[in-house]
Order: sequence, then C-alpha cells, then structure tokens
Amino acid sequence: MPFTERHLLGLEGISREQLSVLLDTARSFKEISERDIKKVPTLRGKTIVSLFYEASTRTRASFEIAAKRMSADFVSLSSATSSTTKGETLLDTARNLSAMRPDAIILRHAASGAPHFLAARVDCPIINAGDGAHEHPTQALLDLLTIHEHKGRLDGLTVAIVGDILHSRVARSNLFALRTLGAHVRLVGPPTLLPTELRSWAETTHDLHAGVQDADVIMMLRIQLERQGRNFFPTVDEYSRYFCLTERAVARAKPDVIILHPGPMNRGVEIASDVADGRCSVIMDQVTNGIAVRMAVLFLLVNRAKAEPKAEPAAAEVARPAAPERRLRRRAG
Amino acid sequence: MSELLIRGGTLVDPANRVHGQRDILIRAGVIVAVVEAGAPLDAAEATLVDANGLLVLPGLIDMHVHLREPGYEYKETVETGTRAAVAGGFTAVACMANTNPVNDSGAVTEYIRDRAAAAGLARVYPIGAVSKGLRGEELAEIGEMHRAGIVAASDDGMPIIDGALMRRALEYTAMFGLPVIVHEEDRAIAAGGVMNEGALSLRLGLKGMPAAAEEAMIARDLALLAHSGGRLHVAHLSTAGAVDLVRDAKRRGLSVTAEVTAHHFMLTEAAVEGYNTDAKMNPPLRTPEDVAAVRRGLADGTIDVIASDHAPHHRDEKDVEFDQAANGIVGLETTLPLALRMAEEAGIGLDILVAAMSCNPARILGVPGGNLAAGSVADVTLVDPRRRWTVEPGRFHSKGRSTPFAGMEMQGQAMLTIVEGRVVWRAGGAESGKVAAA
Repeated sequence: MPFTERHLLGLEGISREQLSVLLDTARSFKEISERDIKKVPTLRGKTIVSLFYEASTRTRASFEIAAKRMSADFVSLSSATSSTTKGETLLDTARNLSAMRPDAIILRHAASGAPHFLAARVDCPIINAGDGAHEHPTQALLDLLTIHEHKGRLDGLTVAIVGDILHSRVARSNLFALRTLGAHVRLVGPPTLLPTELRSWAETTHDLHAGVQDADVIMMLRIQLERQGRNFFPTVDEYSRYFCLTERAVARAKPDVIILHPGPMNRGVEIASDVADGRCSVIMDQVTNGIAVRMAVLFLLVNRAKAEPKAEPAAAEVARPAAPERRLRRRAG
Repeated sequence: MSELLIRGGTLVDPANRVHGQRDILIRAGVIVAVVEAGAPLDAAEATLVDANGLLVLPGLIDMHVHLREPGYEYKETVETGTRAAVAGGFTAVACMANTNPVNDSGAVTEYIRDRAAAAGLARVYPIGAVSKGLRGEELAEIGEMHRAGIVAASDDGMPIIDGALMRRALEYTAMFGLPVIVHEEDRAIAAGGVMNEGALSLRLGLKGMPAAAEEAMIARDLALLAHSGGRLHVAHLSTAGAVDLVRDAKRRGLSVTAEVTAHHFMLTEAAVEGYNTDAKMNPPLRTPEDVAAVRRGLADGTIDVIASDHAPHHRDEKDVEFDQAANGIVGLETTLPLALRMAEEAGIGLDILVAAMSCNPARILGVPGGNLAAGSVADVTLVDPRRRWTVEPGRFHSKGRSTPFAGMEMQGQAMLTIVEGRVVWRAGGAESGKVAAA
C-alpha cells in the first residue's frame, strides 16, 4: 500500500490503510534513534522549513531532530508576532517560502485551517503541527504508535480522553483516528468543555470515574490555565477536584491501563504526580515515539512529492479546500 | 419628451393584484398607461421595448447594502455599487451607515446622495446611524439626517448592546416615522465566534456563535418594541428561532418587519467546509433546518423582505486565515436569480417574491416604487426568467469579488433596468430584437 496523501493537514478522513502505512513506517524508523550514530542519508539534500506562529518547545524540537536524523536541511522560523498583530500576511509568507523551493513546510498556527490555506497556495507538502483548536495530527500519530506498542492493537480498545475537549486539537485528531481504527472513545470533561454535539462521535460523560471505568487507555489533556476566569470552570482548584487523574481514579480502569499526556503537564491539576510518574504512565514513550512518527511523516510526504511532482490530489484529500484552489489556478493562469 | 412602450411582457404587480400580459407606456419618468396586451395606445413617439417572454416587475429595491463610500472606496464606491445594483435588476438601494466617517450627520447623508446623483444609476437611500460613530453610546442627530434624506436608522454591523439606548432609539425615530433596522447579535453570547456553532464548528475547530446569540437579542428588542412603540426592522435574520419570534410578534400586532438574505435562504454552514472565507459572514450561514424555516417565513409573510446585504471587501481582506477574514460577501448581482431559484424550490409564488424585493421595501422605507399602476414612478425591471448564466466574480460590476456562488449556474437575469423612465442597464448579448430597441 503506497502512501497517497500529499499533505498532512489532519487525521480526519485519513483511511485506516494510510494510517497503517504511517505507523508501520514510524515503527521501522524507531531503531535509527537507538543507534550510536543516529543519522541516515534518507533526506539528504532536502530542505524542510518549520514555521511556528505559536510557542512550542517539544513539537518543534521533535520535528527538527526527526529531520536532522534523516540528514535533511532544517530551517526554523518562528514568528514572535502573534497572528493578530499586523505583520506579513500568511499569504505573502507562503508565496515567499514557496519561491525558495522547500521540500516540505511544517506549520503551527493559532488559526484553525491555516495549514489548509497554505496547502492551497504552495507547491510542497504541508505538515500541520497544530492549528488552533482543529487538529494536531503528528501528536495523535505518536499517541497511536505508543498505544499500539503497549496493546498490540487499536481495534476494540476503550480509550478515555479527559479534559478540555472543546479547545483541544490533540483530542480532535485522536478522536478522528481512533474512530477510524475501531477504538471505542469516551470523552470526559465538564459540560462547558464538552459540547453536546460530540455525542454523535463518541460516548461522553462528566464523571471522571465513570469515564475511565475499564478503560484500556486514558489520555489526559492539558488544561489551559488561562481558561480560568472565562467561566469554563470556576477555578483550577475546582477543576482538579473533579477531573484530576489520581491513583484512585486509575484504579477504576483495567489493571493494564496505560496513561498518556501530550505535555506540558500541569502536575496536580489534571494529573497527579504519582500517576504521571507511575507504572502506568507511558508519557516518556510518547516523546520518544514523536521522533519516529515525524521521521515517517517527513519521509513519506517528501518522497511522494519527489516521485510524483505533478500528481493530482488524491481523492482521499477531503480536507483540501475547493475555493482557494480555484483562486490559485486563476492566479497561475 | 422621452417615451417608452414596453410591450408583450408579463406584468407582476402585486400592489395592484395584476399578474398577466400587459403593455406599459412610460412618459416623462412616470407610468402613464397600463393596458391589456395589444390594446391601442397613443404612443406614436414611443421607443418600443419588446418584452415578449420577459417579466415586467416594479423596480427591485435592495434595502440592505454597503456602498462603502465615503472612506472605503477601495472596497466599493457609490458608482460601482449602483452599477452592480442596476445590473442585478435593482432600481434602488438603501445603504448602511458604516462608512468612514460614519453616516451619523446630515453632511455625510448629503455627500452620499450627491455621489448617487453624479453616478446617475440606481436611486440611493442613505440609512443614518442610530448612535454617534456607531459606538452604541449616544443617539446620533437623527432629525438632522432625516432632513438630509435618510430613510431609516441603523447601526448595522454593530448590535446595539445598550438596551436603554435601543429603547430611546425606537421612541425617538417614531417622531420621524423612521424604522430602526437592527443587526441582532448578543456579542457576549456570540463570544467571538466566526461561524455557526454546532457539530461543524466543533469539527473544524472554529469558534462558533450559537443561534441563541441572535434570538436573545431579537427577543429583547421585541419586548422593547411592545413597551416603547416605534418600528423595528430585523435585518438578515438567519435562524428558525428568529422566524418564530417575529411570527409571534406579528401575531401580537407589533410593528415589526423582517428581512432575509439570499445566502441565508440558499446556503448552509456546510459552505464553510475547507475554511472557505467566501462563506464567512455575520450572521453566519446556519443549518438546513434554519434554511427551511426562513423559506417558510417568506412563504407565510413572517419575513417581508429579501435583501442582499451586499458587503464588498478587498481581496486582501478575504484571502487570509478564516479567523482573520472579513465578514460579508457581495450580492447585488446574484440575489435576483437566487431568489427565483429559491421560490421555485420552495413553491413560493412570484407575487410574494416581487413583494419581498420591491413593494415591501418601498413600504417599510416610505419611498416611491413597488407599484406599476398608472401615475406611479417609472422604476421598472425587466427579467428574463429563463436566461442561464454562470457566476464569474471577475465580471462583476462591483469592486467586491467574494461570493460563495462563484461558478454556480444561475437562471434568470435582469435584461433592462429602468429608473424614472431612463434605461440605466441593458444586459449584454440580449437576443436581437428583444429589448434591443430601447
């Protein structure tokens, strides 16, 4: 099964087969990071640009390490200006970057859909490293890889995702992919952060203990402390009284439950320290797997772009916006 | 003196309960005779217009447009906007006050009217601001603007947050018989949303604004209307709940009218998919249930008016991330065919359609038109209901290009637009003989 996606904008609409190619490729790359000399020439001569409009430590470092372990040239741009302050428009940035002929662009942006915007306007693959409250596909892929390593499967697992579902791009990407792969998803959080529309996609509950009951996997989300004062919950203290994952809550899950957290953690807020550092925690495995997953994504997208430079977008690319494409063609013509 | 004889067309004149073959004679800007097709007329001097196969309508009136002048001439001018209007079949438009400077003074009102006279295309009726600078704090000098020619008061684009100001606006405008036109949105509930709130906004990760934000504000203003008197016109209502609120208020005898845009009766939020900024507007596109409800509202008379909310923007304001994109689309050149299509789909008669696009706006604003009886002003729109064309934004007369209908096949086009007896628009490529003589 060849990889047919041109971009990685999100996991919604990505088929089970394509997800398997991504995860299988990531698994095969893991070994490289175990070597003494952690470098292969796979992407030598390729230029990868990372464009971060939001602060990030781990995701950006992870992409950079992934690119460098495959010998790509990695150019890291970050915009100190927030997306709302006046600077160069994303369209101009896109045109300028495109003119430098990169082989892939990694984008993190506060606006949902920003990678889709870019994808319709540049010639190279776009990798979404987190867009607003929409998706964070590489985070979900590393979560899937980690779960698969520990459970040997995804089909039929019960996965509880706990926290700020409303604003979480990690939750969305995981929800879409886990559903595609046959897992049973439970979403847990206060009603303010768990809109009722979610019920059409997953089981929902406001009770942490019920939510993690017999779960194979518990995925904790970071609670944004700045949400306090905007009435999504009264105080961080009260939030953690109801939704902090403690040993007592973990005891309700299956004995071999694994616990994930995308980081950075608020210890004692959404996750108790003894749980975060305990025997069920696979949080450090996630970080390690992040490198392999990002190597796989870069490898598959850059190689595909090289093999079929003028290929028509695959039918599976449902997320590609129609209207901007039309505009692009008009400009080109 | 110039005379026009429009012969062989199908007259749709709901104000006079006429719907059938009639000939019309226009002299000196006035309709002087309406007779059965082929009946003799003293019109030896008249220029003949062959309207066979065409609908002859009272000039269409779009009571909700943004002409952007003064201040935003890079988006649109009175001239380009009225050129788009007449090309779309509109003989008159009412333009909102959110210009720069805001139309909150007689001087700006007069300026807009001067620009319209210089353009010499559609009639332009300025709408004055309710509050100074659209700031929602203190009343603008509505009397002074009334003397300069405004036909309504509105802070459109901005909801009037302060309920006490809204109350006083309803009371004060009653002195001049002006309606207050309201953009209904509780900004606190809308909470910075950029599309309709629901499963789709959740999936796209975009901030939603719930229907409740619109409905809560309408409910407040209806309560104020019942208390204070005055006339309320609800602009661009978009939700099923809003239709219910207005229907109930009309049943209770309140002096309220309502309007819907072509995009709200034609499209759902699904148009946003792919982060399409040409589908970003406020109020946002809603659900299929809401579309069905506004169509029912038009059919049963709850909704009085079809308007475009023509809101031109520069390409640079739309070709950005969805969150940052400006609200609004152009509509003057697409509203008529969309209304015809909607009417056919919803089983709504042409009489209701013409009332919503001509008679009712004229009545609400207290302006001439909406009437083809002898003695009426000769504002007439001739429409070929079968003519097919494709929406190509690059060919719009408006400076604005942003429309979710780009590439869509339309049926129905204004062939001839007549303002006060003067032909201000003639469709290109009209079949020879048809409309050619004028």
